[in-house]
Amino acid sequence: MGPFLLVTIQIDLYDRLALNLEADLVQKVHQTGARGVLIDISAVSIVDSFMGRILGNIASMTRVLDAETVVVGMQPAVAITLIELGLSLKGVHTALDVERGMALLQTKLDLDYEMADDDADDIE
Amino acid sequence: MASSVSQLLKSNKARLLDLWIQKQLASENLRDDLMTNDELRGQSEDLIGALTKNITEENIDQVESNQFDEVFEILSGISLARAQQGFTPRETGLYIFSLKEAILELLQQEIKDTGELLTAVLKINRLLDSLGVVTFETFIKGREEVILRQTEEISDISTPVIQIWEGILALPIIGTLDSSRTQVVMESLLQKIVDTGSSIAILDISGVPAVDSLVAQHLIKTVSATRLMGAECIISGIRPEIAQTVVHLGIDLSNIVTKASLASALKHAFAMNRMVVRRLEVEKKTF
Repeated sequence: MGPFLLVTIQIDLYDRLALNLEADLVQKVHQTGARGVLIDISAVSIVDSFMGRILGNIASMTRVLDAETVVVGMQPAVAITLIELGLSLKGVHTALDVERGMALLQTKLDLDYEMADDDADDIE
Repeated sequence: MASSVSQLLKSNKARLLDLWIQKQLASENLRDDLMTNDELRGQSEDLIGALTKNITEENIDQVESNQFDEVFEILSGISLARAQQGFTPRETGLYIFSLKEAILELLQQEIKDTGELLTAVLKINRLLDSLGVVTFETFIKGREEVILRQTEEISDISTPVIQIWEGILALPIIGTLDSSRTQVVMESLLQKIVDTGSSIAILDISGVPAVDSLVAQHLIKTVSATRLMGAECIISGIRPEIAQTVVHLGIDLSNIVTKASLASALKHAFAMNRMVVRRLEVEKKTF
């Protein structure tokens, strides 16, 4: 989807599956040079601390590769679980649904361009 | 023994009922505002009927025997109903103890021999005491049920999530926030966010009497959870005293948007959604 990657998680993630996802995703970001990653977890009903950490890891890794991560469609129960586990997913952007997540990424990208433009102006 | 205690009770059922009703009516604890005398008579008749039906010379000593189940059942029903109708424990207790008095009086009139009277009285005493215990147990149970229902109702009433604008939810919290309530608040708020697709939630805490570190912790949890869902959370209605305690306790609310009033929170929410509210320009006409 343009400069963004969209990942939809349809099943409850097991540890191994989550690790695979992490590796694949980072690979993909590198290959395609994507600027944003959208992870749709609206079908996920169970999370554990490991899963929370994987999400955080993916966000940090993609940031290193110059891409933003947005987690969309989190279920209320999942959000409560993560909070009770003490994981507030710092550094991960969130949005209610894919559409809003996309808009969020777009504004982030636009901001980056503007800033780049500003820098260019400064140099002149 | 001329006639056994159980026989005596059975044959004098009507007299016993009259005696008992008389005692109840004469008592200063009579609550004819809560129950009519006819109802009272009906209740008492049921109870005495069951008691005299099931009592035998063998089981009068064994209160635990399941032959008394029917009596206990009726008694529990009466006691539960009284708890819900608002009788005091004293009134309910005296109800059953006045039956004891009535029976004892009857025995006194019927049994002339002192030794026999004494054994009969002791037996009846034991039986009626255990009936009294059952009454209290069920009375308290009834009261607890009432309290439980009210607690549930209060927690349901006190967490309404209102959609005040497209994409903006408001949640006025009234009363103290404890863990279980935070859970309810959080769940209903998050569910509503999903249902309405709102991106901003305003938590109004003007109805929270005091904020301590635990309450603040719960607030922060709720805000973080809404953030995870992809919505922003604004806390409004912070009174000066609450601001003071929050700072004194060293609670860090710096990464949460806080507003003094619901109005300013709403204004902030409009700004976040890029909306403006303005008065319609009225065309000025000169007459």
